[in-house]
Amino acid sequence: MSDVPLVHAVNVTKAFHGNEVLKGIDLDVEAGQVVCLLGPSGSGKTTFLRCINQLEDIDGGRIWVDGELAGYEDRNGRLHRLPDKRIAQQRREIGMVFQRFNLFPHMTAIENVMEAPVRVKGKSKGEARKRGLELLNRVGLGDRCDHYPAQLSGGQQQRVAIARALAMDPKLMLFDEPTSALDPELVGEVLKVMRGLADTGMTMIVVTHEMGFAREVADMVVFMDGGVVVEQGAPRDVINNPQHERTRSFLARIREESAEEAAALAEKMAAEQI
Amino acid sequence: MSDSTVSVPDPTGDGDGRPGRIDAVPVRHPGRWVAIAVLALIVAMIANLLITNSAFEWDFVRQAMIQSPVINGLLVGTLLGTALAMLVGVAFGVVLAVMRLSDNPVLRYSAWVYTWFFRAIPRLVLLTIMGALGYLWPDGLGLGMPFAHELHNAFGPDFTFATINANKLFSGLFGGVVGLGLSEAAYMAEIARAGILSVEPGQREAAQALGMGNGLSMRRIVLPQAMRVIVPPTGNETIAMLKDTSLLIGIPLGTEMFFQLEAIGSRTYKVFPVLVAAVIWYLIVCSVLMILQARLERHFGRGFGSKPVAREQGVRARMLGLAGGGPR
Repeated sequence: MSDVPLVHAVNVTKAFHGNEVLKGIDLDVEAGQVVCLLGPSGSGKTTFLRCINQLEDIDGGRIWVDGELAGYEDRNGRLHRLPDKRIAQQRREIGMVFQRFNLFPHMTAIENVMEAPVRVKGKSKGEARKRGLELLNRVGLGDRCDHYPAQLSGGQQQRVAIARALAMDPKLMLFDEPTSALDPELVGEVLKVMRGLADTGMTMIVVTHEMGFAREVADMVVFMDGGVVVEQGAPRDVINNPQHERTRSFLARIREESAEEAAALAEKMAAEQI
Repeated sequence: MSDSTVSVPDPTGDGDGRPGRIDAVPVRHPGRWVAIAVLALIVAMIANLLITNSAFEWDFVRQAMIQSPVINGLLVGTLLGTALAMLVGVAFGVVLAVMRLSDNPVLRYSAWVYTWFFRAIPRLVLLTIMGALGYLWPDGLGLGMPFAHELHNAFGPDFTFATINANKLFSGLFGGVVGLGLSEAAYMAEIARAGILSVEPGQREAAQALGMGNGLSMRRIVLPQAMRVIVPPTGNETIAMLKDTSLLIGIPLGTEMFFQLEAIGSRTYKVFPVLVAAVIWYLIVCSVLMILQARLERHFGRGFGSKPVAREQGVRARMLGLAGGGPR
């Protein structure tokens, strides 16, 4: 099934209380691709991401992940809802990293990483611990494995969250604004880990406002606005040479913001040096 | 700017003219000293009463406390009764809380009706009813299909699998524990529900995203965090339950401390000293429970940066502040 895209979404619609958030999204992501979803807040990109691993149920359209229809089974042309257990199984193939990290606060970093492999996959604790330490080392936190999340900085917490998702050996990683809740000086360490992950050939869908990351790492960027895909393509085309007015104005606004942010960061760093 | 503000006093005397370590006169708290005087007076009055009033008969109190029926009643009715009733109450209460939060309207509504019913019944009344339940089944309680007796009469096959002496079953500790436990579950359900709702929704989502099912994420992720909110009120409930075991008289259950002490009092006509004996026992057991509760809170508070140890230090600092007006 190598010719089938890893994620194949067709005409996905979703409404919250009558408010249509997704108005027919089509998206194909090939295995090994890094796709960045860009767009203003309220454009539906986070909702779409959450639909891929069924944290939200879709109202219309279909999503296939690795050739398997998400959430439903097609029996003789009639869709049957999958039981919760099967949905949980489908989610195991997909890692997710949240904006607010969502680490389990009552567990240490290594326990966070070990939890799902032990409880869901039935791995032995020794095995899960060994692999967990490997992953924490990979995200540069091998020496922090016995810390509780509250004892870690935001950037460290997010890196633990990435290690936790990777511990399930997912085929696909979803990132929901992974750096938006971080202090500016901590963004870099998380992006570095994500860049490293992209280099290993992991398939990634990233909702982000980090234009630098999108430009350098993404194979494809998708610009969404008002619940539809406005344009998509190679990052140099969409970011450097946007075809649509909406894309242009969004990018201009982002540039202004990041310029302001950079100035604020420089000011802060200068203040700290005094 | 006048000269006096520019020239800084230099009490540390390191001579460079820059302000040194602060050694200020603390704020005085005359109100605290007044309060201490009033309280000391009250304490002295109570001590006077306890020591000089011969009606207390302290020797008798001490002896009553260690009579073997009293100790036995303390261990069985009071302590074991509390432990088992709370076990039933917490376990069933968590189930009810999960039912209340379920998507299934039948489960939700059933849990609500349960809570409504058991919260409305006073425990003494409930326990009296438990003790009298045998009245419903004078020929023994049959375990089997509903309407088994009628089916038997109409068609022949008997769907009754076992028959129990209902009177024996519901009188005694079993009936008491069931009654108190069922009543407690109604209160624990609300406590557990508040605890579950206090856990951030993102926690559940993170568990789901890792492929954990509903049961697993509830057990491993949500409930352990909910415990932080659930434990303190549960400690209060346990202490309240300890005291409510004195209601086991409603069953009536004889192997219970307060009942035994009162019995001694009515036999010897020394009614007041046995009440004092009961108070002392309740004080002792409650103190132990409070220590256990503090330990539990520390255990479930891990990872949240809440440190009961620091709180104790804070208390001490405040006590010291009494004299010196130190930092608060």
